[in-house]
Amino acid sequence: MAEVKQGAADSGSVDLFGFLARFAPLIFLVVLMAVFAVLEPRFMSSINLFNVMRQVSITGLLAIGMTFVILTAGIDLSVGSLLAFAGLVAAAVAKGGMQDRFTVGEGGVGYGWELAALAAIAVGIAGGLVQGFSITRLKVPPFVVTLGGMSVFRGAALLFAAGGPISGFEHDFTWWGQGKIGPVPVPVIIFLVCGLLAHIVLRYTRYGRQIYAVGGNPEAARLSGLNVTAIICSVYVIMGFFAGLGSFVLAARLNSAEAVAGTGYELTVIASVVIGGTSLFGGVGTIFGTIIGSILIGVLLNGLVLMNVSSYIQQIIIGVIIVLAVAFDTFAKSRRRKV
Amino acid sequence: MTVAAPPLLQMTGITKSFPGVKALDGVQLEVDRQEIHALLGENGAGKSTLLKILAGAQSPDQGEILFDGKPVTLANPHAAQQLGIVTIYQEFTLAPDMSIAENVFIGREPGRWPFVSWARMADETEKLTRRIGLERNPMTLVRDLSVAEQQMVEIARALSMDSRVIIMDEPTSALSLAEVEKLFKIVRRLKDEGISIIFVTHRLEEVMEVCDRYTVLRDGRNVGAGSVSDITIDGIIRLMVGREVNALFAHREAAEPGPVALEVKRLTRLRTAQDPHATEIRDVSLHVRRGEILGIAGLVGAGRTETARAIFGADPFDSGEVFVDGTPVTIRTPRDAIAHGIGLVPEDRKLQALFLSQAIRTNISVAALDRIGRFGIFVDEAKERGLVEEYRKLLNIRMAGAEQAVGNLSGGNQQKVVLARWLALRPKVLIVDEPTRGIDVGAKVEVHNLLFEMARSGIAVIAISSELPEVLSVADRIVTMREGHVTGELMRADATQEKLMAMMTLGTTSRAA
Repeated sequence: MAEVKQGAADSGSVDLFGFLARFAPLIFLVVLMAVFAVLEPRFMSSINLFNVMRQVSITGLLAIGMTFVILTAGIDLSVGSLLAFAGLVAAAVAKGGMQDRFTVGEGGVGYGWELAALAAIAVGIAGGLVQGFSITRLKVPPFVVTLGGMSVFRGAALLFAAGGPISGFEHDFTWWGQGKIGPVPVPVIIFLVCGLLAHIVLRYTRYGRQIYAVGGNPEAARLSGLNVTAIICSVYVIMGFFAGLGSFVLAARLNSAEAVAGTGYELTVIASVVIGGTSLFGGVGTIFGTIIGSILIGVLLNGLVLMNVSSYIQQIIIGVIIVLAVAFDTFAKSRRRKV
Repeated sequence: MTVAAPPLLQMTGITKSFPGVKALDGVQLEVDRQEIHALLGENGAGKSTLLKILAGAQSPDQGEILFDGKPVTLANPHAAQQLGIVTIYQEFTLAPDMSIAENVFIGREPGRWPFVSWARMADETEKLTRRIGLERNPMTLVRDLSVAEQQMVEIARALSMDSRVIIMDEPTSALSLAEVEKLFKIVRRLKDEGISIIFVTHRLEEVMEVCDRYTVLRDGRNVGAGSVSDITIDGIIRLMVGREVNALFAHREAAEPGPVALEVKRLTRLRTAQDPHATEIRDVSLHVRRGEILGIAGLVGAGRTETARAIFGADPFDSGEVFVDGTPVTIRTPRDAIAHGIGLVPEDRKLQALFLSQAIRTNISVAALDRIGRFGIFVDEAKERGLVEEYRKLLNIRMAGAEQAVGNLSGGNQQKVVLARWLALRPKVLIVDEPTRGIDVGAKVEVHNLLFEMARSGIAVIAISSELPEVLSVADRIVTMREGHVTGELMRADATQEKLMAMMTLGTTSRAA
């Protein structure tokens, strides 16, 4: 009986800690916004806030995919490169080839935004599938595979576009990046809808459960009859899907796709996921956390820009934050171990 | 030997506790100069802890260690090596991609710092390896050596440290018969050169063949010591198992068993080059009937766990057939096994079964998600909670709530969660590997009763245990294994600890092979 009481007491204190750990990103976000609101009145204007959200939505989409990957204790460093490559393919499809790469509508040989979007997503999924296959079948660690992928996809993008941009799309293409529904930018809606769907998948489906199980203890998952290989491969495909979707929205927003797009995104995206409370050790994390983490980074960068902080210093701050977030995660994990 | 000389090594009153268990309780061990001393005991008797203390890897809570008549403290492995006490572990500690010479002198490379004198290193290595009969170029990579040769490199390393006591933990478990004879020759030569050997083994014939004296531990205490010439193998076995059967462990009324649920024929899994230390299983045949509990007894490394894992598809096997309900089945993965109604409760629940940071609810339902699904893809959480509640009651799992992290539960309740996971699948055959390891006596009795309950409901249960009293109390029929072979079978009514221990330690199969 003493044992039961102790268990209950432990779970009580763990719940408090767990509560703080879970809502720490949200609390941090609110505090940060309050600080910026005081220091810089322009920050709280609705134009600026929607602007922040629009910027967040691209890396946010990638962060949703990255959450799946990191939940299995994996990592994907190739997201930025894959996004650039997929964006160029989408742009080329929209323009009907590589002629007229800077003109709008002339010649009328281009295909609609639908095909362009499909092409971007197909490229993303194919890239993810190849990487997932290499990780599960060739048994190369995710870090190495996607580090290689980072270089391969960037090279493919440069090769494909001969180094230059492809720009000038039809209005119904750019609407996906620049349009609004009411006051809300379209990319923000895409981001939040995808977030909701991903949340449902992770929280309420068998597949979602299996991702947490594989991330929590792959050997136990295997001995429980889960197809660990297929599940691990699938998360890289999902990541690829979001890289493709993100590339389409980004090209639409900028009215241009270029081979250097998405450079450095992997850091921002991984930081968003980790700050949102997803453990790099796998098995712990939520989409809710990732969305908060993405907004947090967006707000931080926006606030710093408004306050004229140099972009060099911004990079330093992001780097420090990602290390601190992982240190916190490690601490939380050792605490979980102890009890 | 002069009468006045104290023994080389004298340990007295060694006591060591871990949370919840006293591993050693006032143990003494005396090793003379030029002696081969056997340290014996069942699994969990305290041998490993004693060895770790001697190696300086753990310090005793109490007790005195005299070396050469002088009191010493073995604060760390370096201190032990300085005194000349060197341990050769069962799992070698060699770096496979380095040469013999580098391995022998690792961390003590000859030469003027920071440079290494390769010529001197090779030279001295060759002298050492010659001494023990290893004819190999010192620059050969350890990876290219056989297991027996790697062991010789370990011995050469021990000699290079001017050791006076060499501790060998299960040195023969990975060797062929010819290699064992060669090892014995080396050991005898070392003894003649003035080195003492502490020899830990499960093979009692080897004790009779090569050792001078013995010390037997049981449940962390000394139960016997003396000269090997004054005792028989039977006598040693009696010392090793002499503990009284715990009265708490009850038998069950063995029911009339049903038809054969699972049969395994000539299951074989050999070592591979990648994993030369893996435990082999050879030609293992066994069967279990519905409503029956089959016990598998054997010492560590006998191949019990490997057999279970091979049947369950957790590890690949080289040859053999598996029949479920008389029909041959192909099992390549745990998924296949589960599809055929076979479940496995693995030996290490924390590493192999539980998702420690996740809720009890998801831990129980993880393998049965298709039974609580909605539209094929969603999890019906209401049904899931019902499932958890059902098994909480059935197994009497003491928990704060279904959302509690399973890592916060006691060992016994964690094990019940794993059992619940498998019962939720309604298996035909359930293999439980060390079902009560690391859980307290009360929970043990509960787990035993659950096994009885499962058998009564018609499940064919295979129970693997290192504790003979447990096997004797739980099983209707017992199969013993040794070195990857089945060495015998007894009905419970005919079985005693002494008989089982003899079958587990004396099987002559490998020597005959």
